[in-house]
This record gives sequence, structure tokens and C-alpha cells, in this order.
Amino acid sequence: MKPWVRDTITSILAVIVFAILLGLVYPLAITGISQVAFPGDANGQQIHLDGKLVGSKIIGQSFAAPVIGKNGKPEEKEGELVTEPDPRYFQSRPSATEGGADNAAASTFSNHGPNSVKTKEADEENIKAYLELNKNPATKTEYDPGLTVAKIPVDAVNSSASGLDPEISKANAWIQAYRVATVRGLSRATVDGLIAKYTSGRGLGFSGEEGVNVLELNLALDRLTGATN
Amino acid sequence: MTFAGWFTIVAFVVVLTVLAFPLGSYMARVYTGERVIFSPIFAGPERFLYRILRVDEQRGQDWKAYAKSLIIFSLAGWIFLYIVLRTQDAFFVPHGLNPLAYHSAPADVVFNVTSSFMTNTNWQYYSGETTMSYLSQMIGLTVQNWLSAGVGIVVAAALVRGIISRSGKSIGNFWQDMVRTILYVLAPLSVLSAIVLASQGVIANLSNYLTVHTITGLEQKIAMGPVAGQLAIKMLGTNGGGFFNTNSAHPFENPTQFTNFFEMLIVLIIPAALIFMYGRMTSNRRQGYAIYATVMFMFLGAVIVAYIAEAHGSPAQHAAGLHTGVISGSGGGNMEGKEQRFGIAGSALFDVITTVTSCGAVNSAIESFTGIGGAVPFANLSASEVIFGGVGTGLYSILLYVLLAVFIGGLMVGRTPEWLGKKLEAREIKLAGLGILITPLAALFCTALATASKSGRASIAEVATSAKLGIHTPQAFSETFYAYLSQANNNGSAFAGYTGFIQPNAGNLGSHGISFADVLGGFDMIFARYAPILFALAVAGALAGKRVTPAGLGTMRTDNGTFVVLLIGVIILVGALTFFPALLLGPIVQGLTGHLY
Repeated sequence: MKPWVRDTITSILAVIVFAILLGLVYPLAITGISQVAFPGDANGQQIHLDGKLVGSKIIGQSFAAPVIGKNGKPEEKEGELVTEPDPRYFQSRPSATEGGADNAAASTFSNHGPNSVKTKEADEENIKAYLELNKNPATKTEYDPGLTVAKIPVDAVNSSASGLDPEISKANAWIQAYRVATVRGLSRATVDGLIAKYTSGRGLGFSGEEGVNVLELNLALDRLTGATN
Repeated sequence: MTFAGWFTIVAFVVVLTVLAFPLGSYMARVYTGERVIFSPIFAGPERFLYRILRVDEQRGQDWKAYAKSLIIFSLAGWIFLYIVLRTQDAFFVPHGLNPLAYHSAPADVVFNVTSSFMTNTNWQYYSGETTMSYLSQMIGLTVQNWLSAGVGIVVAAALVRGIISRSGKSIGNFWQDMVRTILYVLAPLSVLSAIVLASQGVIANLSNYLTVHTITGLEQKIAMGPVAGQLAIKMLGTNGGGFFNTNSAHPFENPTQFTNFFEMLIVLIIPAALIFMYGRMTSNRRQGYAIYATVMFMFLGAVIVAYIAEAHGSPAQHAAGLHTGVISGSGGGNMEGKEQRFGIAGSALFDVITTVTSCGAVNSAIESFTGIGGAVPFANLSASEVIFGGVGTGLYSILLYVLLAVFIGGLMVGRTPEWLGKKLEAREIKLAGLGILITPLAALFCTALATASKSGRASIAEVATSAKLGIHTPQAFSETFYAYLSQANNNGSAFAGYTGFIQPNAGNLGSHGISFADVLGGFDMIFARYAPILFALAVAGALAGKRVTPAGLGTMRTDNGTFVVLLIGVIILVGALTFFPALLLGPIVQGLTGHLY
């Protein structure tokens, strides 16, 4: 048999054998082991509330509420729901996903360049929205009396990489705590206590940054004061 | 910049070196056929595989036979993957493994993806969760993650055998090397890593996508999938193709601060171990350390620049009025396209690691890196993946540079260049020179073609707000250049705005490819992968036949500080002379001027 014929036969056999071993046995075995050993993690750390799935602990979500129009139905614009941030909840980082923020069926970067006018405009728009959200509509003053553009932490206005960042920085949470505490009638100490409780530490004590899990924090707030007020 | 950030970088280097050293010794034993700790477990399966594959593992191959086996095997893998991806929605695919009933991607896109995964590039014009079925991810893409990594490693092993061979022709047996690589090296590491990752929150299931009703009354769909297994080999094999579109930025692929550190480690561990393996197999450990020092020095340079640049923030942020310094409770910096849990240091380090190797996974958007920060991945790629490099590819590429450095050093001192007792002659230097220049040639040729043609410019995403400038901005050039540079280096990271796939709806309904970008990129990857492999194997063949002469007084030493400096000089000189003009037009001009487009 000529060498190239031998090689061809072996190649075809090898592709079939390896496809079965590495493409079926290996991933299915890992999936099986994970399902048995770490069922919560393997299925995305789902959080249920009253038997209803309200999110995954590690997937960021939008805490904006649908705007109810004059006809009593949620308003829509170009086929998408019109929403506005709910001041009772801590808000997640800006997200560049299509079909609404934090679309976990289609993660994406913003892909805005460092020297792009679009990046600057997006930042400016997010800054404006952040300042507006953290202003008390009754008194027309900031909930956090020291809040200015220069004090806004970058994570609050720069869009995340995945578009699904479940966490915000502590600085961002502390600013929003003024608003959430006032709106919910809680003391700031209580809210800051919850922030500390849901802050993840650095890996091994040094890797990465601390972050506050927004979904867990908001659920804890609801448990404290009820979902409606 | 923070203390924890710098500490992460130092800790990473220490842990990596401590783990890579024993792994290198282990791999040296695997490739010289000695007994290793896993022999009792895998010797049986190994023999069984040889039998069903009809391999005579005892028979040595010369470099041409070795290369033939490698090419035919790769071709078979290519055809298989192409068929899998094109029949994604065929009748024989069980519904559970394609729960969202995704159609196949168009032929030109699949050509690109197939070439990409076969060449260890994992350049992705598609987005995993909106394009691929679970079956395609597993039996298609995961399999090539293993096999392409294996091909890279065996070429490195064969080259080292050629170097140490005492006047023979054989450089090993390709099939034996492949089987042993998969069983003894990749399998234990992958299974272990996958379980560690799964225990930390990486998902592993075959469920349908979840539908969530949020507490504010919105609906959220969450993509699922068998991620953990693919993720482990994606990192270990320096493949880098994400299960999800945003790769290792996606919380399901990289859930915590710890997994980020762990994923960085498993990217570099095999490339680092291979250098120690080389030292051990050539019985010249000091030379292994010299090469390790060379690449580590260049690696640290890249990390430091990237970290400082990203911590400084971007011109767009500053123009918007943001302050990017460290404040209490926030690390500051350029957080556009970065995740809170990784921060600036964790993102800069990760993306440097995956661009010095041919991994190309990202945990943050390289397109949104600052000018100088983004110039670092460019520079890493411009060094042709020798700073650790991909599994195997890194070692054989830097050995070609070592050859060149020995030759240049020999010319400078006026002696016949000698390396590990073997005289280097015209043939080896020609082959090494060609092997080094192929990748830059492919990258620059494709970039020129894509920049100069209308069909090439169709892929550009970053359009300036001023109509006069349009796509004639540094960022648009960077996107194009990076695309072909990354594909030529088989890296796979991207300035991700650049696209070859128009997909208006998830599920591929009404989707079409940009044929120019798909086809050009596909050939770019194939050419720049297999031509250097052939040159490396030819060098192995040429060296294998040479007799060893004992080192004399006049032999230039290749294991001391002087040689490290010479080697760094040669790498930087070749890379800089080839790429600097192009780099100036893209990232550097943005970094230096701070002008907004």
C-alpha cells in the first residue's frame, strides 16, 4: 500500500474515532459530572422567587421597568418595549446588547473605539441619565449631595464587555444607595450593610476587583421592604 | 493602577513558572517514550487506538513522511468539520442538540470557520449562542480544539527530536505523537481544568435557553449549553474560540475573579512547559532557561505597557468629563468593554496572555482598548507568536528565531555558526528565514488587499461621525489590519467590529456572509499555518542528519545573558522593521494624538 493511501485511511479512521471520543464522550462526561457534582453551577445558578425564575445570579439584568402608556398598555417603540430605570432598584452597568439591555441570548461588546466620537457621546448620554436618575424629583437635588460628573465611577457609564455584567463597583453602589434608601424609606446604614453583604471579594485575595452583585442586592431589598411601596 | 493589580501580575508569573517546570519534565518523558505517571492508565487505550487506526507506531518517519501524515490528517479534519457545520439543521441532528433549530451558516462563513478551527486560530465571524447548535459546538468545534492543538505540539516535538537526533533521518512518528499528546498531555489537563471551572460556576448542560421574568416586569432570555468541557480545551490548547460571542468576558465562561486567574494560567501552562521540555530533551537546560527568560522579558514588557495604558483611560472618556483615577470603591481606568470583576489589571493581563500565545480568547473588548493599550496586542502579534506562542507553534517559531540569532551571532564573531553541536549551513538558515517571513507576508498582503478594495472595506464597523472621514480613520484601519494579522498568526482575537457575517436574525434566517473577508481570511489562516509548519519540519529533517561535534573554545554560547539580548534584538528587529509603518497608521497615532474621530 502506498504511504498516502495508508495515511488517508488512518486519517479518516482517526477523525471518526476522535470525533466520538472528544466530541461526544468528553463533553457529555464533563456535563454529566457537573450535573451530578455541581448542579446549581452547571445550570447557571438560577434564582427562583415564589416558584418563578427571576434570573441567574451571575448574569446581569436590566432593572428598568416598562413605561405604561396612556392606554394602560406598555409603550412600544420600533417593536421594542420602552423602559426607564426603576429608582427603587440598583441599576446594572450599561450594556450594548441588541434587543434591549442585558440580552443574555446574544452577548456582545459595544466595540466602541478609544478615540471615537461615538464613545464620547455614549458616555455623555450615560452620564446624563445617571445624574438624572440620582436626582430627587421632588427637591431637584442629588440624593448624594456630593455627586458631580467627576465623581461618577467609570463602570457606571462605560458599557461592560459581555453586556451582561452582573456586578457594579462599590463606589457606584454607594452613590445609588442614597437614592434607594430615600425611595424605600430605609436608613443608609441598612442599605450599605446589604451592599457589603453582596460584594464579592478578590479571587485568592488579589485577583480582579471587588464587585457588588446587583440582582442579589435588589432581591434582598425587596425582601426587606416588599416589592411594591 | 493598584497594588493588587501589580501583585496579580507578579503572582501570575511565579505560579506559572512553578507549575510549568514539572509539566515540562513530564512532557519530555512523554515525547522520548519513557514511562510516566499515567502510563498504567493510558498504555492500554494507547495500544488499542494504534490497532483501530492501523498505525505502526514503531516505524519512524522522515520529515517528508511526517509532513504528509500531518497534512492529510488536517485535511480530513477540515472536511469533517465543514460537513458538520453545513448540516447543522439536517434531519439526523437530534432536536435536543439543536434546541433552537438553528440553520447552518452560509458556505463562505463556514469555509472561514472551518479553516479557522483547523488551524488553531478560532477566528470567529459567527456568534456562538445565535449561530451554533450544541452538536456543532461539541462534535464540530470542540474536536478541532483538541486536534489543532495536538498538531501544533507534535510539530514542536518533532523539531526538537530533529535537533537532538544523532545523524538519522527519523523525526518520530506523527500518529504516535498525536495519540500520545491527546492521551497523556491534553486529556488529563482538560478533564481536571473542566471540573475546576465547572465547580466555580461555568455552566455545563444541554437545556433549552432559559426565559426569565425579572422583578421589574421584563423578560430575559439566557443562552445555555455544554460550556465547561469546551472552555477547558479552548484555553489549554491556545484555541480561544468562545462558546459565546463575548468569549471569556461572558459570565458563564468566566464567572469569577478566581476563574479569570485560572483561565490565564491554563492558557500559558503548555507553551511555558514546552520551553522547559526543550531544555530537558536537548540536555541543555540552561538554554531552555535562556529562551524562557527571553520570552518572559518580552511578555512582562507587554503587560506593563498595557496595564499602565488601560489604567490611564481613553481620550473619549476624558472628553466626556469622566475622571479615570482610582477612587475608594472603584479601580477607575478605561472600563469601556471591560467587566467589573476582572478590573483593569485582570483584563490587561488576560488579553496580553491570549495575544502573546495564539489563544486569542478575550475577557474584554480589544477594540475598545486605548491606543497604546491596543498597540500591545498588535505588537504581540507582530512578534509572530514567539512570546510563548501557541501550543507547539510558539516553541517551533522561536527555535527558528534562535537559529537566525545563532547565525547572525556567528557572522558577528566570524565563526561558523554552531548550535548544540551542529553546524548551521545555508539550507537551514534559508528554511528558517522563510519560515519566519511567511506569517508577516501573509498578514501584510491580505491587509493591503482588504484596505485597498471596496469589498474589503465592507467589513469595517467603525465609521466616523463626520461623513467626510467615513471609514478613513485610524480605528477602521486598525480593525482591518488586526483582522488579517490575527488570522495570519492563528491567534483569533479581534477588533471585533470587523465582520464577515451579516446575521439579521438569530438562527441564521436571512443571514449571508461577506465572501471577500471570509475567503481571504480563510486562506490567510491556512497558508500562514501550514507553510511555517513545513519549514519547521524541513529544518528538523535537515538537522536530524547532521553529526554532532563537541563544542570548542570558539563556539558561541547560546545559554547566557548575551544570547538572550541577541535573541530579543533579532525578534524585535524583524517584527519592528516589518510592521512598524503599519502600526503607526493605526493604534499608535490614536494613542499619541488623543484626537477624536
